[in-house]
Amino acid sequence: MKNKFTIFATLTFALMAYGLYQALAVAPTERTMGDVQRIFYIHVPSAWIGGLCLAVNFLASLVYLLQRNQPLGRKADALAVASAEVGVICATVVLVTGPIWAHKAWGVWWAWDLRLTTTLVLWLIYLAYLMLRRFSPAGNAPLLAAVLAVFSFADVPFVWFAIRFREYRGNHPKPVFGSEPGQGLHPAMLKAFLINLLSFTLFGILLVAVRYTLERARQELQERRLRIALDPEIRAAQEVTR
Amino acid sequence: MASLVQLTRIGLRKDLQLEWRSKDALNAMLFFGGLVVVIFSFVFQPTGDEAREIAGGLIWVAFLFAAVVAMNQTWARELRNQVLDAYRVSPASPNALFLSKALGNFVFVALLELLMAPLFVIFFNLRAIGPAWQLIPVALLGTWALVVNGTFFSALSIRTRSREMMLPLILFPISLPAVIAMVEATTTILSGEGSGPSWPGALAAYDVMFTTICLMLFGTVLSAE
Repeated sequence: MKNKFTIFATLTFALMAYGLYQALAVAPTERTMGDVQRIFYIHVPSAWIGGLCLAVNFLASLVYLLQRNQPLGRKADALAVASAEVGVICATVVLVTGPIWAHKAWGVWWAWDLRLTTTLVLWLIYLAYLMLRRFSPAGNAPLLAAVLAVFSFADVPFVWFAIRFREYRGNHPKPVFGSEPGQGLHPAMLKAFLINLLSFTLFGILLVAVRYTLERARQELQERRLRIALDPEIRAAQEVTR
Repeated sequence: MASLVQLTRIGLRKDLQLEWRSKDALNAMLFFGGLVVVIFSFVFQPTGDEAREIAGGLIWVAFLFAAVVAMNQTWARELRNQVLDAYRVSPASPNALFLSKALGNFVFVALLELLMAPLFVIFFNLRAIGPAWQLIPVALLGTWALVVNGTFFSALSIRTRSREMMLPLILFPISLPAVIAMVEATTTILSGEGSGPSWPGALAAYDVMFTTICLMLFGTVLSAE
């Protein structure tokens, strides 16, 4: 287990380093935007992992709600925490790298654009989710959080609709892949992008796996403490030693 | 066995009667809402067209803040003397309890809006250019959107530390699309322009969606250990 983890982590970091090299040194400089365009190789993969994590969080929360008293439920809860935290971190990366790029490309840090605003609102919603977890007593946190996750997910289409139809001037770049001939990405850019997409996906899985393992360990510790507290024999033994 | 409607009515009647006798929530909410209105008019000092443009946003922010004050108290009464535990072991449907609480909050917040709207009209010199009667369905739909989730999240945060702080933290982000829809619908009516999508329709969809989810999950939250 530990060996597999080391191999996976090493491969991921090697691929990330290679991806970074491709993005910073190999891929050609964009004609109009210049070097700041290279932020795209981090920005888009982060957004992808962030979105994926929030979807995983929702599914894990559903499984928890259905299998609450089974061992599977506790695993699902650990996955829900892990994916929510990683998702919020990725969304933070997106929200930080985006304005850095926008400041150079648009001349402003922020625009109330559909994608930007939706990302911001989702980020707020999942921060609230993490806050709720933090403020709930340990035994209640999984259930309360899973319930809130259902609300959060149901909110996504409404957020999208509300922002979409508010006549914001959207100027976030549209996806440039596979559009009309003559457009789209330079092959070297595409290569750098795909490598980064893959390496970030692996990195996201790695982070979620680490956090998941940690959460499982915490759950087990909690269960053990509970068992000791409830076991009359152990308690009697403790009384004697005291 | 009493039906859902009967149980809801009994619960609602009890809450309204208690509130009528104490007027705690209403007084706190009204005073707080009034303060927000006064502060807003100090800060912005809007006139004419400008007022019409921003009033929709300000009204709903004021209502939202004031509603949180009331909704935070929703379950406080039931926590004293372990009333909530009695609800849990009783065979009555948890949804009746939820509906009576949500409807009670709806009545309080609607009353607040009824009393505070004239204040806005006076301070901001408002006069709707569009059809003003349409504000009523918008207000009803918008109020329910805030109240149904607020009542639910208030129940959700009963068990959390610093529970009064928790409610706005989870209610505001989830309510953002509803708030946008209310504000847009109100501004459209006040300024009499803009066609766009049907914001009241979006609000109605939001209401249906979240009422359903609340009813599906309330039993789970109520019986959480």
